[in-house]
Amino acid sequence: MKNRLKVLRAERDWTQADLAAELDVSRQTINAIEKGKFDPSLPLAFKAARLFGLTIEDIFIDESGAE
Amino acid sequence: MEPKSKTTFERTLIRNTKILGLVTLAWVLSMALASFGPGLLWDAKGITALVIALNAMFGVGMMLANMRHIRAQDELQQKIQLIAMGVSLGVAVVFGLSLSLVETTHLLPIEVEVAHVVLLVGLTYMVTLIVAIRRYS
Repeated sequence: MKNRLKVLRAERDWTQADLAAELDVSRQTINAIEKGKFDPSLPLAFKAARLFGLTIEDIFIDESGAE
Repeated sequence: MEPKSKTTFERTLIRNTKILGLVTLAWVLSMALASFGPGLLWDAKGITALVIALNAMFGVGMMLANMRHIRAQDELQQKIQLIAMGVSLGVAVVFGLSLSLVETTHLLPIEVEVAHVVLLVGLTYMVTLIVAIRRYS
């Protein structure tokens, strides 16, 4: 699953550590999500969406249905 | 966003890790005391029973501290722990029983002890943990 976390973070001039602190997770987890190596749970995705004032679909792009 | 020192998440994780480390150390020391104490330090069976009970208590404390430690981790860290524990359990059951079969069928002149399986589980857990962490970094 692709996501725009890195872009959204860069727009706000936040580091991975800053975002991790806001979402109550480790920096490694933010890094893994940004690289697409780990898909966050729904609660974490909602938390990120609330933080950026966006919807989940604005941040995370589901590619499983795309052909 | 203001730069922060340690976050609540990190502080909780560090505190729980320290608690787990201390309880594990107490368990290991009490295990050593229960193993080598009888004969070397005392001869009374009562003291041996007391030390073994103490060791079991520290063991329960270690399990509780470990559960608390894992609960405090974030979802990726928990997933990594799950992978490491799953592989370790599988290796313990499969190879533990294989070793037992080798011994009972006298295929090889070996004597399998619980300590061997514990060592195997420990090593498997550490290696899997390192591999899983690298996979997600």
